[in-house]
Amino acid sequence: MKGWSRRRGRLVADFGQPEAALLRGMVSQLREMLGARAGENPQDELAELTGITTGPTTPPADRVLARLLPDFHREDEGLSGGMRSLHEPELLAEKDGVAGVVLDTCPSGGGTVRLSEEQAQAWLSALNDVRLALGTVLEVDEDMPDELPSDDPRAAHLPVYHWLTWVQESLIQALAR
Amino acid sequence: MTTPAELEQTQIDPAVDEVGAADRPWLTIVWNDPVNLMSYVTYVFQNLFGYSRDEATKLMLDVHHKGRAVVTRGSRDKVEGDVAKLHGAGLWATMQHDS
Repeated sequence: MKGWSRRRGRLVADFGQPEAALLRGMVSQLREMLGARAGENPQDELAELTGITTGPTTPPADRVLARLLPDFHREDEGLSGGMRSLHEPELLAEKDGVAGVVLDTCPSGGGTVRLSEEQAQAWLSALNDVRLALGTVLEVDEDMPDELPSDDPRAAHLPVYHWLTWVQESLIQALAR
Repeated sequence: MTTPAELEQTQIDPAVDEVGAADRPWLTIVWNDPVNLMSYVTYVFQNLFGYSRDEATKLMLDVHHKGRAVVTRGSRDKVEGDVAKLHGAGLWATMQHDS
């Protein structure tokens, strides 16, 4: 993977097999987590009658999901709960959709990825979701070094985070050209 | 200059305050976080709200340096929708009633 370029209106990059496998694995895993959360939607008689899906009113206990689905208001729990119930199903569907675009366009054996502008925007969102998930688990803060000491259990995983950052940054630059 | 009738009216009319509250706009606030890229945040502001590159960059720098920035304001419905869009993009956003 040598970065994204714009060729004849398409966003193009070559992924090696291990890179494609890594990316697809992370996107799939996150998609499963989001799917499990979507399964927690309260299915009551009203939802069956009206066909309107509502989400839970409380934030996810899991820290990764909580970062991907933040509260709408910092203090007003009632307002946040109502908004979450209303908007979470569509947010989950949106995140599932962008993950699906990555899985549909990134060949599992590696190779050239060619994206339309719309697909590239989906990739940006999906890459960002995966970075948020990994950044939360790695407890990334403003002072995160490029490398961690080898006795830090996170040391082996940090390069993956930096690689995702680079893939995303490169795609943003290519989209801006 | 005032009259007792007017005084009485201001004392008993709670609607005056409520109208004031309804006039205050809601604000969409984006908070700094250590993961989102500066370039990505700028891109999202341009893409979702139609800001110029310069405007979006200035807002992004406010988020980065001051810890937060008001990115849109308006009715509760509009701001609620804007916060949902920002959550879709992975930004840490909240809404609050202007004080």
